[in-house]
Amino acid sequence: MSDPLTGAHAGKAIRLENVSKLFGESRAVDDVSIEIPAGSFTVLLGPSGCGKSTTLRMIAGLEGTDEGRIFIGGDDVTGKPSSKRDISMVFQSYALFPHLSVAENIIFGLRVRKVDARERREKLARVADLLGLSELLERKPAQLSGGQQQRVALGRAIIGEKPVCLMDEPLSNLDAKLRHEMRVELRGLQQRLGFTMVYVTHDQVEAITMADQVVLLNAGRAEQAATPRDLYERPATPFAARFIGTPPMNLIPMSAIEPLQDMPTGLLLGVRPEALCLADDGGLSGTVRSVEYLGADTLADCEVSGSLFQVRLPGSRSVSTGEALRFTASTADLHVFDRLSGGRRDDLIPEIGSRLRPQ
Amino acid sequence: MRVTFKRDWIHSWLLLLPAMVFLFAFTHIPAVTTFINSFYSTPRGRRPAKFIGLENYERLWDDPVFWKVMFNNLWFALGTIPLSIALSIAMALWVNDKLAGRSLVRMAYFTPTVLPLIAVANIWLFFYTPGFGLFDQVFGALFGWSSTNWLGDPATALNAVIVVTVWKEAGFFMIFYLAALQAIPVSLVEAARIEGASRWTIFWRITFPLLMPTTLFVSINAVINSFRLVDHIFILTDGGPDNASSLLLFYIYEVAFRFWETGYAATLTVALLLLLSALAIGQFFFFDRKVHYK
Repeated sequence: MSDPLTGAHAGKAIRLENVSKLFGESRAVDDVSIEIPAGSFTVLLGPSGCGKSTTLRMIAGLEGTDEGRIFIGGDDVTGKPSSKRDISMVFQSYALFPHLSVAENIIFGLRVRKVDARERREKLARVADLLGLSELLERKPAQLSGGQQQRVALGRAIIGEKPVCLMDEPLSNLDAKLRHEMRVELRGLQQRLGFTMVYVTHDQVEAITMADQVVLLNAGRAEQAATPRDLYERPATPFAARFIGTPPMNLIPMSAIEPLQDMPTGLLLGVRPEALCLADDGGLSGTVRSVEYLGADTLADCEVSGSLFQVRLPGSRSVSTGEALRFTASTADLHVFDRLSGGRRDDLIPEIGSRLRPQ
Repeated sequence: MRVTFKRDWIHSWLLLLPAMVFLFAFTHIPAVTTFINSFYSTPRGRRPAKFIGLENYERLWDDPVFWKVMFNNLWFALGTIPLSIALSIAMALWVNDKLAGRSLVRMAYFTPTVLPLIAVANIWLFFYTPGFGLFDQVFGALFGWSSTNWLGDPATALNAVIVVTVWKEAGFFMIFYLAALQAIPVSLVEAARIEGASRWTIFWRITFPLLMPTTLFVSINAVINSFRLVDHIFILTDGGPDNASSLLLFYIYEVAFRFWETGYAATLTVALLLLLSALAIGQFFFFDRKVHYK
């Protein structure tokens, strides 16, 4: 028998085909199709109410699927109950059984599946050792700190060696320091054990730091599925552009920018605050409206023909309100979106880049 | 400094006074008086009560009716408590689920609790009537049973009373279980479902243990009620036939206000109080180890 805690059990791929969930008239999840490769760490990211938790609960089988189909490891599981889907799950509230000890919480599933006592003990010892819970096995959940409770929930999810693990905002109840530690640990655990992770969060930092693939959801629809790097460097829609990155990307109507006024209407120029640099004869002009000094750098809110945009300037460069500045940006940092279709217009970027370059 | 401290002290006592007056007047003083009276004979006409020591207690020990009603009461408690608790949990689980007309079903289950016991007993009196009562008609039509005098036969009278009590109490206890069920987070059940637990396992391993504080509360109430609720006996059987359906409190009432033996009735009351407090304390100790409080 191979050691189950070294990654010998491979994850399974998950596929969502045109999945929808209706609550009365409203479509909480609307025609979503997602491919989640086996053994990957996929994050479902989006603002609250975008349908990410509902999508996860549909994969878990806790919500019915109104339209479309869900496959786990090639099997159609759309109509199957949770217990037949070969998955484990960590809840936002951890959902630990308050009347059972830590040990009983972790082996709950093994007991239900009538795994014999010796095997239960061995697996429990391994999982407790892996998560540093060995000293706490006799305690009740109420006697544990938030971080320890989180580990117990994690232990209950991994002891069954399921090929798929689902997590619903598992870190949102922890403080910032602990959250950072757990991010590193979760990612390490997933890579070591090799299961497929589907992770729901509204925190872009969690998504960017942990994921192999981020699925960005908005109003029940999948906006973009990409690696964190692609999502940051080539956002597919204005929503994706604004959601990833702090401060968010500037989206300026072309009509507001002097050298671009003869471009087709309804186009937005996207450029990140850190991509704009000062240039005396740059194509983008702006008047400083407010300044936020952050030490290492300065955030300036500028206005051009009624549109506001933000610029990140080196902290050494002092600017004052009312000052007129000119900026340029390299072509590689520019994004062009069609406001109507919501898509990118990469064909226009070289032309626009040359117009914004210092003449 | 000292003056204000003293004034605070008076102030708090004044605030406590109204409630204390009523508690003492209607609970503590009567209890103590009853205890004292149990050592005195019953005053009759010109003969005042006189101290007779433990004579009343000796009489109680030798009274076959007392042991009969004690045994009846034990059987009554054993018959009503587990049955009404099991029934109330089952009803609460059912109406806690999503089902059509849920509030209607909840209301229907709670109705027996709202109705006065005397009125309820009158309805049941009709159900039990030999010959044309509901039970005789139904059983006669279904199994061809001959007419039974449910309330008049010593073998069935107490059980007939038990059925009415269970019917009356289960709906009331259901409300507590329903509240407790709704306090259990849904995610616990979902987590168990993902681990592959069946409905049965979820109930025994998760739901029922988490309902234990409610079960403790309800069972203490049920025990007290089994010694306290006698209204329906007046209507249904009047304790008969041959004390077959008489309970301890009903016997105390008979001794005190039908036979006017107040001294002996005081002795019986002390016995009842001792029994109830022993039961309540015992239950707390018994359950304390098994109950998980949040």
